[in-house]
Amino acid sequence: MFVAVALWAILTSDTWPRVRDQFFNVDHLIEVWPAVLSGFWLDVRMFLVAEVLILAAALLVAVTRSLRGPLFFPIRALSILYVDLVRGIPLLLVILLLGFGVPALDLPGVPRSALFWGITALVISYTAYTAEIYRAGIDSVHESQRMSARSLGLTQVQVMRHVLVPQAVRNVIPALLSSFVSLQKDVALVFVLGIREGVREAQIYNARTFNYTGYIAVTLLFLAVSVPVARLTDWYGRRDRERRQAISV
Amino acid sequence: MNTRQGLDIVNVSKSFGAQPVLIDVSLSLAPHEVVCVIGASGSGKSTLLKSVNLLVPIDSGQIYLDGVEITAVQVNANRIRSKMGIVFQSFNLFPHLTVLANITLAPRKVLGLDRAEAEQRATDLLERFGLLDKSGDYPDRLSGGQQQRVAIVRSLAMQPHLMLLDEVTSALDPVLVGEVLEVLRELKQQGMTMLIATHEMGFARGTADRVAFLHGGTVWERGSPEVILNDPKRPETREFLRRIVDSGRL
Repeated sequence: MFVAVALWAILTSDTWPRVRDQFFNVDHLIEVWPAVLSGFWLDVRMFLVAEVLILAAALLVAVTRSLRGPLFFPIRALSILYVDLVRGIPLLLVILLLGFGVPALDLPGVPRSALFWGITALVISYTAYTAEIYRAGIDSVHESQRMSARSLGLTQVQVMRHVLVPQAVRNVIPALLSSFVSLQKDVALVFVLGIREGVREAQIYNARTFNYTGYIAVTLLFLAVSVPVARLTDWYGRRDRERRQAISV
Repeated sequence: MNTRQGLDIVNVSKSFGAQPVLIDVSLSLAPHEVVCVIGASGSGKSTLLKSVNLLVPIDSGQIYLDGVEITAVQVNANRIRSKMGIVFQSFNLFPHLTVLANITLAPRKVLGLDRAEAEQRATDLLERFGLLDKSGDYPDRLSGGQQQRVAIVRSLAMQPHLMLLDEVTSALDPVLVGEVLEVLRELKQQGMTMLIATHEMGFARGTADRVAFLHGGTVWERGSPEVILNDPKRPETREFLRRIVDSGRL
């Protein structure tokens, strides 16, 4: 009801025709669509590559951080340092530093591709956050599981691999899915490096025509991906809860 | 180093912070001997068992298994642990693995058996304890008694020299206690050396070779089950047993 009134107020206002032409112009949409779509496809591919790398690297960081005893101290300290430092730096800054800074050094044998460094920046930053998700999962497995696995003679690494991590991952799947949504949007930040992904294409079109329909087009594309993932997260969380309840009956 | 077989706990002390939990505890188990440790909650039973399994590092004293000092700094704790089984009050099966996978995990990863050997060993044990039809089930499908029997089988699959049982029936429905105690009686018949922390006095009387009463972190009184459970010398032991009788457990 409220929405309907608000909508009516907007659509009947004096400025609506201007807004419509600036943001929702069908002719502009048809013109900008191919460029935005291909740019967005690059976003999707960057997301997929980065996410796979992040899931693997973050697990490694989380596991090394959860190993106990003086033997593992150096590697544990390294993980903590990494997570603390990287989580304290804005993602945009990491992208700028790596994407412009490293190629500017002109080092032999080091890639100069903005795409490469853009994805690397995403991986470095998101690995720190995702490692914390995994770590929460590892901590959520009851201490008695670690103890009984150790009592059978399994080493710490074997306990991680066969007992703690499988249970931990299951516990944090909803949190991981929600970080997918976050990364799926943040890949667009690499546009600052001049990479022609979806947002960049919309920006280029806007600069040429002073029309904002391109931004709306790319917005719709992002929503088309992130809303289903959000629904999936909810669905999984609900199913998981029901399964647990069924067990405790 | 000594040449004695079995388990030797010598002058073991342990504190958690300022709180002493074990004070100068000495206890020996000959091969094939079954010793029940009784005592109130907080008397140190559980800590004693966990320190034998090296899950809790002791502050002073020594523990020997078959003549080897397992509390020495240079020992490989994982190798020692693989020689003794410990079963806890709360089963602690791995919920993401089937019964069969729970049992075969350590034999494969620690002893290096291949899958077929490990599964054969697990299947034999499951059959012996009437659990063969459960081998494909996940733990949450089993009753508490079945879970605890699987936990015991999981330890036995490592072919331990010694079994440590930490109040293994305390979390069970009274009707399920019997099936687990039955497993322990069978293990005794087969000559397994066992150190059992328990509140089941009837079981201790019928199964234990010796009983040790733990009180305030020390072995307050020890002896044959008949003496300790029927005619204890010390007032604290009598008081403990009286409370057990009052709660209907004897």
